[in-house]
Amino acid sequence: MTLDLFPLQKGGYMADDIRQLIVDYVRKEYLDEDSDQEITADTKLISGGIVDSFSMVSLKLFLEKKFLIKIPDEKATPEAFDSVNNIINLLKELVPSVKE
Amino acid sequence: MSNIGSYETRHRTFSWKLAEGELEYGKSGNYNIGYFCTDRIGELGNGTRVGLIWEGFTGEVRRYTYDDLRIHSNAFAIMLRQLGLQPGDRICIFMDRIPELYISFIGILKMGGIAQPLFSAFGEEALAMRLEDAETKAILTTRKHLGKVRRTRPSLPHLTRTIVVDAGDRPLERGEIAFSMEKAQRVENIEIAKVTPETPSVLHYTSGTTGKPKGALHVHSSIIAQHITTKWVLDLQDDEIYWCTADPGWVTGTSYGIIGPWACGVTQAVLDAGFSAHKWYAFIEKHNVTVWYSAPTAIRLLMKEGLEPVGKHNLSSLRHLVSVGEPLNAEAVIWSEKAFGRPFHDSYWQTETGSIMISNYPGMKIKPGSMGKPFPGITAAVVNPKTFEPITTAGTVGLIAIKPGWPSMFRTYWNNQETYEKKFKNGWYISGDRSSVDADGYFWFVGRDDDVINTAGHLVGPFEIESALLEHPAVAESAAVGKPDPINMEVVKAFIALKPGNQKSDDLTIDIMNFIRKKLSPLAMPQEVEYVDSLPKTRSGKIMRRLLRAKEWGEEIGDVSTLEND
Repeated sequence: MTLDLFPLQKGGYMADDIRQLIVDYVRKEYLDEDSDQEITADTKLISGGIVDSFSMVSLKLFLEKKFLIKIPDEKATPEAFDSVNNIINLLKELVPSVKE
Repeated sequence: MSNIGSYETRHRTFSWKLAEGELEYGKSGNYNIGYFCTDRIGELGNGTRVGLIWEGFTGEVRRYTYDDLRIHSNAFAIMLRQLGLQPGDRICIFMDRIPELYISFIGILKMGGIAQPLFSAFGEEALAMRLEDAETKAILTTRKHLGKVRRTRPSLPHLTRTIVVDAGDRPLERGEIAFSMEKAQRVENIEIAKVTPETPSVLHYTSGTTGKPKGALHVHSSIIAQHITTKWVLDLQDDEIYWCTADPGWVTGTSYGIIGPWACGVTQAVLDAGFSAHKWYAFIEKHNVTVWYSAPTAIRLLMKEGLEPVGKHNLSSLRHLVSVGEPLNAEAVIWSEKAFGRPFHDSYWQTETGSIMISNYPGMKIKPGSMGKPFPGITAAVVNPKTFEPITTAGTVGLIAIKPGWPSMFRTYWNNQETYEKKFKNGWYISGDRSSVDADGYFWFVGRDDDVINTAGHLVGPFEIESALLEHPAVAESAAVGKPDPINMEVVKAFIALKPGNQKSDDLTIDIMNFIRKKLSPLAMPQEVEYVDSLPKTRSGKIMRRLLRAKEWGEEIGDVSTLEND
């Protein structure tokens, strides 16, 4: 997976595009290659046992590099990373140009 | 009144015979842990008591009485026998915290096998290494982890049986067997394998500074120590609802997440979900958990979320809190008094010791930040690291040492008797942990005496990480050390020198992190990567990890006279 910056479109980042990006990343990096588990924007990532608190660090780094941001430690909680939609909400706080 | 009553009196009057008496050990002529954890509870008239309340991450709840535990574990034992597995065979359990994990563990013991539980987040390489070393004959797993098992199988000629406990109607490959615990025939009684107190029971792998992970082998009589410590340290009483948050892939999850509580016949609650403060508090509230055994990392994660989520739940059922895995800092003890109205009691032990060695006991004064005092019947000291003689001056740091002879002491490292013997010096078992003892006899943890990384209460071997890093196409050489972390005590940091033609970049860092996570485990994944031109080495070419570690911890570097490239 390349870490090219996420493309800015129409003056902002489109939330649906980001959702797809993160869903794809989680599927590729955190699910077994043989897994038939479905991942949606509401799938529980942390409490559902797909991403643990250790693995969260590489997901956080992925987002930071993709959007050129720094996610403060106090905001990088298991709750904030518990679903792709939760992550989108976190990104909206940190990246004002994320739009629905 | 607590089970232990007065620590001083217990300490003075204790004998392991007394502990055997508490369990009526030997009375029935049956020494099998599987018998004590299920059949015996029924014989005591408590077969209809709930032994397991299980909740999945979706909120689904299942309950099993001790009669159910007996019948389902019988089914596992019968199935394993029918597959031709023999007493003494190593049988791995590789699954998330589902009821089948807990119950198959008992089933394996009942048929005389050696249970080898492994953390389900292990990657292929970590899994294969442990199965290869133990020459494991069979593995019990789920569809979720079957892919990893399938990819390791070609390199494991001894692994002849793969049992999938949730296969349903899905097609399986040759050599794989579908087994549904819930649909299996209910067999009230089976002939439980005749074992002696010294028959091997459980094989848990732990990491060292050098070489591959080592399998600490335990025996059936370990239950004597696990039972009495569960009663006296965790203070489990008849009507308890007990929650141990440890995964049975690690020793706490079997000694105190299966054997101890079920030998006591209490109700155990299990939450099969990742960490979430809200979910954890809701679980305690929903099931009226009374005794909670958790880890400092989890407590610090809860602290991070603050007191607000605590206030949203009724946690008044909690009456006793205990912690294990790494030193419990004083702030966490004080915070737990604020949050739950009672302190966490720290306890200390290792995979090799099989049961709690040092602890804070109900009714005993807690000194926040201290591990407490040795369990009655345990002779523990801090010894000089060179002479291995006990240090008698209060406050002086040395190695934690324990006089051998307690029932749950490991009996060997699998296929590695030489390393086992090196753990004993001057008549003491040397733990590898450093501590001091104060004038009142309280132990104060200082750190490891070697390069092993204690992250979130789990030991991770630097050698295993460095070996895996070398398999990455961009890595020329590497060193893995522990760096301080406010939540996990330590996390893995990797120092990496790249092969010519490779440039450091964020892409590469993330790729390396994920590479190790998939190969070994999330615990072994470097949380930070630092690129260097070369690594400090001795003149004989050995990487000086202690130099890198000292830098991370802001410690004195010490003697560098053997440094090659200073």
